[in-house]
Order: sequence, then structure tokens, then C-alpha cells
Amino acid sequence: MLLNVLYFARLRENLGLAQEQITLQSTRSCVSDLLDYLRARGPQWQATLAAEKNLRVAVNQDLARFETALKDGDEVALFPPVTGG
Amino acid sequence: MRVRVQEADFDLTTEISLLRQARPDVGAVVAFIGLVRDVNAGASVSELTLEHYPAMTQKALASIAEQAQQRWEVDEVLVIHRVGRLLPMDQIVLVAVAGAHRGPAFHACEFIMDYLKTQAPFWKKEQTSDGAHWVEARSSDDAAAARWEQS
Repeated sequence: MLLNVLYFARLRENLGLAQEQITLQSTRSCVSDLLDYLRARGPQWQATLAAEKNLRVAVNQDLARFETALKDGDEVALFPPVTGG
Repeated sequence: MRVRVQEADFDLTTEISLLRQARPDVGAVVAFIGLVRDVNAGASVSELTLEHYPAMTQKALASIAEQAQQRWEVDEVLVIHRVGRLLPMDQIVLVAVAGAHRGPAFHACEFIMDYLKTQAPFWKKEQTSDGAHWVEARSSDDAAAARWEQS
């Protein structure tokens, strides 16, 4: 499946990337599978995405969980806990 | 329900006039304004940059306002959140609620702020005397939002 993946705030800075297209081989994947795929890219990815308590995710612009299932064409955004207001 | 995300400042009097325009049934308006402070976590703050997730921001704020309107009897809700570069004393956010009576309006306003703090995709980066850094989320904000799930 093809995913549009976005990174914000500290994640965007640490990873040096705001957006990319990712193809996951499996047809049945959830957010956790995407995170495992990204962490395997190297130490910087592993370190930035290690602590799940400092990680939030949105799928198609709605807050989601790590076990949320993904489908082809989804927009997945990864970011730290929000600090607006 | 009106939701705006903008770089420009806002004027409270103008916004409240619009909110209650032609609404003689409104007996209460509650408004909250969040401001940039010049100090945070012991360091002096010279400026703030607010980043957001444009495709999601409007949707998240509208969803929070809608939940408030379903939960309390209020007539109008306005949320304005600024993004971009801000300085100490600048206004960041306005939540205004108009209704027949003050009780529901107070509750709805506080609920919207508590949920906005934990669910709307904004991130603050501060420029301080110690350098630039991303503001850490507070567990007290999570606790404030969680209160509404029990009551």
C-alpha cells in the first residue's frame, strides 16, 4: 500500500523531512507496522521514533492509535504531543 | 460554529459583536484568551513560533467545538487560533461561547480549551535565553482534559 507520511515539529527537524511517500509491502498493516519500518532505517529514525509516549499519530487528519489499521492512499501524520493554546 | 486559523491578530470586541449579532436570545458570553508569556520553565522567552498541521487543524477544532455544542446548551461557538511568529504579550487563542445562560457557556468554553490543548495539532517553539526549543507537553493539560470524561 502507498502511504503519504507527514512529520511535524521536533520530528520534522530531527528527521530532516516534512513529507514522503512510503510503500509498505504488506496489504494488512497498522500504524505500528509503519513505525517499525521507519525505525529500521537507522539510528536517527530509531531514536526519534523510540518513545511511544512522546509520539502521536493522525490518520487522514483524525487522531489515531498505534493499532489503527492503514489502507492504500492513507495520509499518516507523526508528531509529538501537541502544545497549542 | 466558527473556526479560524490565522497569522493575524484578533480583536475581542469585534469578535463578540459578530458572535451575538441578531441573537436577542443570548444572555451570556464567556470568552477565554490565551497569551504569550515572557517566561516559561524558568527561561525568558523572546519569541514563539507556532507550527500546525494545516489539513487537520480546522477539522480538529471544528470537532472539539461540535462536541461542546452537543454536550451543553449553547448557541454560538467561536475559536480563533493564531500560527506563525508571536511575541510576548501577543494573543494566541480566543474561545468564545454564547448561550442563554452562563453555566453551560462557562463549561463549554473550558471544555473547548482543555481539548484544544491536548488534541489540536499545534506545536510551540520558543526562542529563549538558553536557545530555541520545542515546548514540552504538560501532564496537567492531559489531566484537565481527562476530567471531562468522568463528569
